[in-house]
Amino acid sequence: MRHLLDFSGWDRARVAALFKTARAMKEVLSRPIKTVPTLKGRTVATVFFEPSTRTKTSFELAAKRLSADVVSFSGSSSSLKKGESIRDTLLTLAAYGVDAFVIRADAAGVPHQAARWLDAAVINAGDGRRAHPTQALLDAFTLEEALGDLEGRKIAIVGDILHSRVARSNAELLGLLGAEVWLAGPPPLLPRRPFFGARLTARLEEALKDADAVMALRIQKERLSGGRLPSEEDYRDGYQITEDRLALAKPGAPLLHPGPLNRDVEIEGTLADGPRSLVLRQVENGQAVRMAVLYHLLARRAA
Amino acid sequence: MSLLIRNARLVDARGERGVADVLVADGRIASLAGGEAERSIEAGGRLLLPAFLDLHAHLRTPGEEQKESLETGLRAAAAGGFAAVVMMPNTRPPLDAPEAVRGVLRRARAAGGARALAAAALTKGQEGRALAELRLLAEAGAVLFTDDGRTNEDAGVLADGLRYAAALGRPVAVHAEDAGLRGEGVVHECPLTEALGLPGNPAEAESARIARDLEVLRMTEGHLHLQHLSTKSGVRLVAEAKRRGRRVSAEATPHHLTLTVDALKTLDPLYKVAPPLREAADREALIEALAEGVVDVVATDHAPHTAAEKAADFLRAPFGIPSLEVAFPLLFTELVEKRGVPLGRLVEAMARAPRRLLGLEGGVLEEGAPADLVLVDPRERRAVDPAGFFSKAKYSPWAGWELLGWPVLTLVGGEVVHARLG
Repeated sequence: MRHLLDFSGWDRARVAALFKTARAMKEVLSRPIKTVPTLKGRTVATVFFEPSTRTKTSFELAAKRLSADVVSFSGSSSSLKKGESIRDTLLTLAAYGVDAFVIRADAAGVPHQAARWLDAAVINAGDGRRAHPTQALLDAFTLEEALGDLEGRKIAIVGDILHSRVARSNAELLGLLGAEVWLAGPPPLLPRRPFFGARLTARLEEALKDADAVMALRIQKERLSGGRLPSEEDYRDGYQITEDRLALAKPGAPLLHPGPLNRDVEIEGTLADGPRSLVLRQVENGQAVRMAVLYHLLARRAA
Repeated sequence: MSLLIRNARLVDARGERGVADVLVADGRIASLAGGEAERSIEAGGRLLLPAFLDLHAHLRTPGEEQKESLETGLRAAAAGGFAAVVMMPNTRPPLDAPEAVRGVLRRARAAGGARALAAAALTKGQEGRALAELRLLAEAGAVLFTDDGRTNEDAGVLADGLRYAAALGRPVAVHAEDAGLRGEGVVHECPLTEALGLPGNPAEAESARIARDLEVLRMTEGHLHLQHLSTKSGVRLVAEAKRRGRRVSAEATPHHLTLTVDALKTLDPLYKVAPPLREAADREALIEALAEGVVDVVATDHAPHTAAEKAADFLRAPFGIPSLEVAFPLLFTELVEKRGVPLGRLVEAMARAPRRLLGLEGGVLEEGAPADLVLVDPRERRAVDPAGFFSKAKYSPWAGWELLGWPVLTLVGGEVVHARLG
């Protein structure tokens, strides 16, 4: 594995190997001293052309736990438009001797472009609507912890499917792991064609019925009013995950959310903090999974 | 000056015309049976065709000469075997004023290469709201009217434009796309691009707008020309309108005739173009429509940008593919050689049909016709090398493709504007 751009070319064995490393990293994180020297002397750059605090923090902490040096660059693509291009920015950072670039952008394909321009490893930290592979890996890792093997499991993903890279990456990875993925949301926020073999429905009940796990997606506030949806209330009425609706899923089916959560929009507030919520577990596992990704990309790479 | 082209295999819209010695004098084809000339060229059995006319090119002048200039664009056209190109008016400022049209035509005459013809804006500022000074623009030399690059959202304005242009004997060319259905789409909407997470532009954005425009056309006496047809459903609508005798014509581009949405797998903005690359079934429908004459014209939509602009991210990189220098060899190789489209049909679509559409003579090989000629080599196989382009856009989706049919000599009105004879 040279880069982590998406899951094309992946098989179950590669996922299993990565998860094995992630479990070892999780053990490291349970120690009083949470740092190991594995990537000492390596440099990881987080380059975020789109604002993010969670993913950036998670990656930077993951790199530091492995003793890598971390540099970070943040700038919106629109400010770049005036002068320096994305390519110029990346090549400038590369000249500092960066071993891995963690890249977030609002346009699909920027990590692919970066991989063409750079010799370093490229990790996609979210590109437009396209992919967010480490999020999907941490979701699948968390689901396996909760459910065991995902073969044949029904996973319902609910919300703004059209604009969601999390939905796309999860459909791709969970599909690879044998799960049956259902994507549900209001029609204006559903793609007109399905992706990665997932099922599409505007009928929430159909997606939730007998689901083994339910994942609600973050919905951008600006899409809830005056955009493609009539109102927040209209959305809540049809698609908020509530106690009653979650009862359609299998008993005890866990609830996930990639964060950050709009409280009482995607998920009823009490549920988000309830025993079935794996939201904080996802955050914890995210760090271990990202350590595993950095390890697989850098530790085996010639210095 | 007179010129004799010896041993050329003549092909025009009527097909193969046999091997002949063609005498060019006073800007015209003086004889197809040889004769005395001041200069002569041995064609060695290469193909002599009427040189092409491109109905749709962006030469970016005035205002965006970093992308293309009249000199580079017209030189590129000549190298591609084009005797003339129609320059689109979406320049900065747009060509919506008579003095602007006169100005760019005057500058183009001094630029060399192919001949420049001007399309003028249909509406002021190409904003689709108020008609531009169509009569004055026609007098200044505009050969057609279009708001290309923009969509004519107000059907009432389009109807008035079609009626006014008809009175001036000019076609109205439209970029038929419903802006609302297109939304923020940057690629064809299909399962592949949904998976790629690129905002989709559905085929229906084109076909719904074509359907509307064909209804608007019925209200007028005008001539509607549909630019860069890209969808199977659009082809079907055009075919039906033609059966009903409507005054509609359509063009297809080299990229829609040779590439599909599959190229987007690379996520490379090189393939970002409007309308977007569609599916294999759309491409097949276009090839068939071209072969049958439902698509009248091949037009390049040559749309150069700087390399830096095309290296931006997919959402911000500009739309457009440059193709003046590869259009003919590309279509000769991919459609004539590989798919059996008759060469005469391609010559019709690139040379005679676009001239007819503008009411211009030429596009045939006969005594007395204008000596707009191109000699192409049907045997020399050469890879597309963008570094050697005359255009400022030194990149190409077809880079590395091995093609036949490269132009080796282009004449405009009997004058040599491009020569690559060994």
